Amino acid sequence: MSADDVLLRLQGPDRRALPRLASLVENEDPSGLEALDALFPLTGRAHVIGVTGPPGAGKSTLVAALLGCIRAAGRRVAVIAVDPSSPISGGAVLGDRIRMMDRYADDEVFVRSMASRGRQGGIAWSTASLVHVLDAVGYPVILIETVGTGQDGTDISSLADTVVVVEAPGLGDGVQAIKSGLLEVGDIVVVNKADQPGAEDAQRILRASFELGHPSQGRSVPVLPTVSITGSGISELLAAIDEHDAWLSESGQRSVRRERAARAEVLSGLRAALDRRLESGTARSAELAALIAMVARRELSPRRAVDALIGALDSSASDGPIGD
Amino acid sequence: MLVRALRDAGFEVIYTGLFQTPEMIASAALQEDVQVIGLSILSGAHMELFPRIMEALRERRLDDVLVVAGGTIPKADIPRIKALGVAEVFGPGTRLATIVDFIQANAPRPSPLW
Repeated sequence: MSADDVLLRLQGPDRRALPRLASLVENEDPSGLEALDALFPLTGRAHVIGVTGPPGAGKSTLVAALLGCIRAAGRRVAVIAVDPSSPISGGAVLGDRIRMMDRYADDEVFVRSMASRGRQGGIAWSTASLVHVLDAVGYPVILIETVGTGQDGTDISSLADTVVVVEAPGLGDGVQAIKSGLLEVGDIVVVNKADQPGAEDAQRILRASFELGHPSQGRSVPVLPTVSITGSGISELLAAIDEHDAWLSESGQRSVRRERAARAEVLSGLRAALDRRLESGTARSAELAALIAMVARRELSPRRAVDALIGALDSSASDGPIGD
Repeated sequence: MLVRALRDAGFEVIYTGLFQTPEMIASAALQEDVQVIGLSILSGAHMELFPRIMEALRERRLDDVLVVAGGTIPKADIPRIKALGVAEVFGPGTRLATIVDFIQANAPRPSPLW
C-alpha cells in the first residue's frame, strides 16, 4: 500500500473513508495500521494544538469558540476530543461534541470523539496515530482536547506543538493550578469565564507564577482572559497561538519538540507492546502468577519479583524480536 | 438515563444533545463512524423529521448504520417509520434493558475492511 493509494481513497468521493480509517487506527486493526505507516512520511505539516485543563474549566466551549474563529479565517480544522472510559464497564459517554456542533460542512471541520479506554501510558499512542492521519490528509490545524488532572494530562505536551492550559476562577486557588503540574506544560494559559468573580485574582496569581519565565524554555507565557460563551478574548487567543507557532520556527524549538514527540511516541508504543507481551505469553503468565502468589504470601519482595521477570524478559529478548 | 445504561453495558456513547438538525445528526454519525444511531423525538414532528434524517444518512452512504428511535410516537405511525429504514421504535415506558438488548443483538459489526 503506497501513500498515494491511501490519499486517493481519503480524498476521493467516499466521505466515510477518513472516519473509517480513524476507527481502524484507533482499534489498532492491521489494515488501518498499514495505511497509517504508508501515510507517515506525509505528516509533520499540521500545527497541533493541545487544549487541556481541569474538568469544568470550559475546554469544550473554548474549543468551539476557537473553531468559529479558525473557520472565519478560512482554515480547515480537525478536533480530537478525548473523554475518560468507565473503568468498570469499559463504556464511555463522549459529550464534548455537543458544544462544537455547528452547521459546518463535513470536511471543513472534522470532530472526532475518543474514549481513553484505560490505555497504558495515557492516551498518547492512539491520539498520536489519529493526529498523523489527520495531518497527512491535509488538515492544517489539529486541536486535541483532554482533561488534564495532574500527571495524566501532561502527556498532551509530547503530542502538541502548542499547549493551551485552561483554568477558570472557582476551581481552586492558584496553588492548586501550580501543584497539578499542568502549568509546566502550558505555552499559553487561559483564564476562562473571565467575567466571573475571582477571575482577576486568578490571572494575577498565574502571571506571578510565570514571572520567572517558562520553566523549560525561558519564554514568557501569556496569561489571557476569555469568555468562551460570548467569544470575548478568543481572537486574541488565536493570535497568541499563531505567535507561538512562529516562535517555534524562529527559536528552533519546533525541531526540539518534534524530536521529543517522536521519542515519547516510540517509547509509549514500546511500553504498550511490552505490556501486551507480558500479559499474553502463557508460559510467562504462569511464571507471573507464581511470583505474584509469592509476593502475596510475603515470601518475596515486589522488587525482587520484578527483577526476576525482567531477567526472564532479557533472556527471551535475545531469542527473537521485540513485539508481539 | 439511556446514555448511562448503554455506557454501563460497555458502549461508547457520543451524546449530541437536544435540538439537532438532520444534517448535524448525519454529519456526527459520519465523522464518528458510529454503528448505531439512537433518535429521540418528543416534539411531535417525527413524521417530518425521520424522512429528512434517513435521507441525510443515505446521502453519506451510511446505509449499514442501525437506526433506532424513541419518544412520543403514536403506535399508528410506527409502520411508516419502520418503512423508512428505522429498525425499531421504542414507545414511552420501554424498559432500558429492552433497548440495550436490542442494540446489542442488532448492531452491525464494524467492518475490518477499509
